[in-house]
Amino acid sequence: MSNENLKAKVAEYNAKVEKAAAKFPERKNLPEQRIYTPVDVEGLDYDRDLGLPGSYPFTRGVQPTMYRGRFWTMRMYAGFSTAEESNKRYRYLIESGATGLSCAFDLPTQIGYDSDDAISTGEVGKVGVAIDSLADMEILFDQIDLGKVSTSMTINAPASVLLAMYIAVAEKQGVSADKLNGTIQNDILKEYAARGTYIFPPKPSMRLITNIFEYCSKNVPNWNTISISGYHIREAGSTASQEIAFTIADGIAYCDAAIKAGLKIDDFAGRLSFFWNAHNNVLEEVAKFRASRRVWAKVMKERFGATNPKSWMLRVHTQTAGSMLTAQQPENNVVRVALQTAAAVMGGTQSLHTNSKDEALALPTEDSVRVALRTQQIVAYESGLADIVDPLGGSYYVEALTDQIEKEAWEYIKKIDEIGGAVTAIEKGYIQKEIQDSAYKWQMEVEKGDRVIVGVNKFQIEEKPVEGLLRVDASVGELQKKKLADLRAKRDNGAVQDKLAALEKACQDESVNLMPLILDAVKAYATLGEICGVMRKVFGEYEAHVNL
Amino acid sequence: MDIANELLAGSRLALSRAITAVENEYDTAVGIMQKLYPHTGRAHVIGITGPPGAGKSTLTDKLAKEYRRQGKTVGIVAVDPTSPFSGGAILGDRIRMNELTLDEGVFIRSMGTRGSLGGLSRKTAETVKILDASGKDVIFIETVGVGQSEVDIVKAADTTLVVLVPGLGDDIQAIKAGVLEIGDVFAINKADRDGVDRLNIELEMMLDLNQDMVDWRPPIKRTVASQNQGINELVATLEEHIKHLEETGKLALRRKQRTKNELLAMIEEQLGRYILRNINESGQFEQLVTSVQQRQRDPYSVVNEILKDRLK
Amino acid sequence: MEKRIRVLVAKPGLDGHDRGAKVVARALRDAGFEVIYTGLRQTPEQIAEAALQEDVNVVALSLLSGAHPHLFPRVVELVKGKGMTDVLFVGGGVIPDADIPALKDAGIAEVFTPGTPTSAIVEFINANVK
Repeated sequence: MSNENLKAKVAEYNAKVEKAAAKFPERKNLPEQRIYTPVDVEGLDYDRDLGLPGSYPFTRGVQPTMYRGRFWTMRMYAGFSTAEESNKRYRYLIESGATGLSCAFDLPTQIGYDSDDAISTGEVGKVGVAIDSLADMEILFDQIDLGKVSTSMTINAPASVLLAMYIAVAEKQGVSADKLNGTIQNDILKEYAARGTYIFPPKPSMRLITNIFEYCSKNVPNWNTISISGYHIREAGSTASQEIAFTIADGIAYCDAAIKAGLKIDDFAGRLSFFWNAHNNVLEEVAKFRASRRVWAKVMKERFGATNPKSWMLRVHTQTAGSMLTAQQPENNVVRVALQTAAAVMGGTQSLHTNSKDEALALPTEDSVRVALRTQQIVAYESGLADIVDPLGGSYYVEALTDQIEKEAWEYIKKIDEIGGAVTAIEKGYIQKEIQDSAYKWQMEVEKGDRVIVGVNKFQIEEKPVEGLLRVDASVGELQKKKLADLRAKRDNGAVQDKLAALEKACQDESVNLMPLILDAVKAYATLGEICGVMRKVFGEYEAHVNL
Repeated sequence: MDIANELLAGSRLALSRAITAVENEYDTAVGIMQKLYPHTGRAHVIGITGPPGAGKSTLTDKLAKEYRRQGKTVGIVAVDPTSPFSGGAILGDRIRMNELTLDEGVFIRSMGTRGSLGGLSRKTAETVKILDASGKDVIFIETVGVGQSEVDIVKAADTTLVVLVPGLGDDIQAIKAGVLEIGDVFAINKADRDGVDRLNIELEMMLDLNQDMVDWRPPIKRTVASQNQGINELVATLEEHIKHLEETGKLALRRKQRTKNELLAMIEEQLGRYILRNINESGQFEQLVTSVQQRQRDPYSVVNEILKDRLK
Repeated sequence: MEKRIRVLVAKPGLDGHDRGAKVVARALRDAGFEVIYTGLRQTPEQIAEAALQEDVNVVALSLLSGAHPHLFPRVVELVKGKGMTDVLFVGGGVIPDADIPALKDAGIAEVFTPGTPTSAIVEFINANVK
């Protein structure tokens, strides 16, 4: 049937549907178009827009065989309380079939404070593991062979320090840095825009990030030096297009900074990675993943002139949407996570963390995290979704939606370019405002009932309090304080002072790569708070821009 | 709580409650203001105004810190627009002055315009007096916008600082002339952006046209508040201005004029309330309104009648 | 009478998740309140002092990091210690039901857990503010 013919048929169909809609009025808030046909993908050029997996523009996947040869890494984000406790959880996860580690650090650690700092009171070990020094890091990876495992660390402002600690622990295990596999999140721009665990202002932060790019390209070549994140932007309330647009704009800013610092694009771009959200609308998420690969490939090839195909590939870790978990009827969350997992897998993620059912209320117990891991394993082995590469490719709807999201993403990227780039857009509050507005719109839709959240604004029950939640004892703070006191008593304080002084001097000279000096300080058992304290002194602290 | 006396004895809670009494028009407000009034007239009051996005709050934060460094105590009244739809407001200036919160030599109060601009000017002026009575050396009034309401609000100030930014898209022409005329000092903030020289020239040109400034030509200072640049110089200029006002006797003149305006405004307001209360009580008002609306009577004779009846 | 209900929306501690606080601030504004939002990383001392200077009727604390057992009661203690005895305290965030009785004992009038519509918060404030 020719497209003209088809258009006429669709019009006929829509006219008939009007009658049906009178009898069964359609729900509110649905996408306008109800069915997609070849008409909607008229302009699609297979070679130009889709290609085959593993080839530009990578819409259909970054690897040729995707999950047939190797599943996505089942990488469960974990960490709480002390290094001893978290080490136990890591070993449990590996035994249960997790194929990668993912470290969650507590807020004092993420913000560069020691556990005995006044501001850390009440926060130690609550949202992740407390790491005050190399000593804690050694415990964290006890009985875990860093030469064999791949570790992702969700650490941003002090990423340099935690990376240095990881390298130092590996050294002690006899594993050289060039054998290490892993990722540090190291994405400061989204901290300013959506996540809030920043320390220093943009300029010195960018310097630290480019220092890491440079250091790793020479010394830790298999390390993903950054996980440019959209997950948190989405969690903060953005739409799917905004999620990838703002993240890619951040990516552009990092590449610009690295190039300005003297690096060549192909020297570091292959080690950039991304972090997406897997939200509830399955088909939209799949389209989003595909669109993101196409947009990034074009950005790398056309805007930055990268010539190494590895530079064009958007490799991504995904996490199921935490903000969509409900405190009401928590068992339902297992279903949500399963659907989100299906979306991430059909979307082509390289690595996946699945949330546990109790996470609207607390960190997960061993039991609930096992179910979350099993969710991935069931999708991998039982659902068939991992058996075909890009299974939804060719769906009229998914292709049209991929194009639509790509188009919207380019519009946002253009707007941000006009403002002067992601850093300026954040300083001016543009990105934050877009996110806030989307968040408010969402909330009002929920409150009006236009957007149903099962168990929350529909199908509610009389809730019983949930039992058996994980609790992090307040005593963790005391334990860490004692450890710090012991550490300070045992270590060579003269050496620590020397290393910190050398670091402070180096911080003042923009041309110096700080990684070696941070590594020195870490090995002398300077604490995270002491090292970050030096950097705070020289770099100052970021003053947030808030415009409600 | 004896708010006035406790305030004078140094209670921050009393200070806060005094401002609330004035803002909410409690019956106790007049009594409080009467007790405080003799203790006012000492502070240097600086009005800060300018278009949204100029960085006024950040600049105020930095100026306050510099004054503190010089050993002066600071009060800040930050005015933000109230939503005409809901009557609510997000008072967002404080967030840029977080570090000042725990400084005992600083007191920051956020106010919404609450829809009644005449009322706002008075409340702002009274809040300034309260801070003055509490012993603050320097008091900032920070408002957003460049319209008539802002002009009214900063009339309570001795020195008016107008903050502009390069490249916001509007020419000086777009900024109402009233604001430029009230500016005693101009600050071009975010002066590291493109267009700063052009803005500076345009400003100078506008100032050339204004003939009122015989012995004080408003200086134009450049700042990058977020980087703490130009702050010392700006403070020095503000100090110069108040010195100039003192030396030329203009300060006394301005304050006298202000007092006069305040008295007149208070008389007007009280009179208006008295009359309104009166006519509403009598119940005739609705009928009179209808008769005027229907052209049975004209407004002029109605007003004359109302006043003649009540002001015997 | 020109009175408005003044609310301080505060993020105590190191938690950087402000989506909820911002949405609540906006909703409260739309309900006719005057809202002062403190921004992130507030110490209990800063929150209490801001509450005093702004003479607020309500202090609304948002926290998702699990540090509420320590931080919420501390804020109440400090605010009351400044002589502000009529303030209504409410909280929200990631707070398990089991923790709520202790928070209420410490002076938090109500805790709004995930899924609570903003209208419920507005209603509660209107009904309970002094």
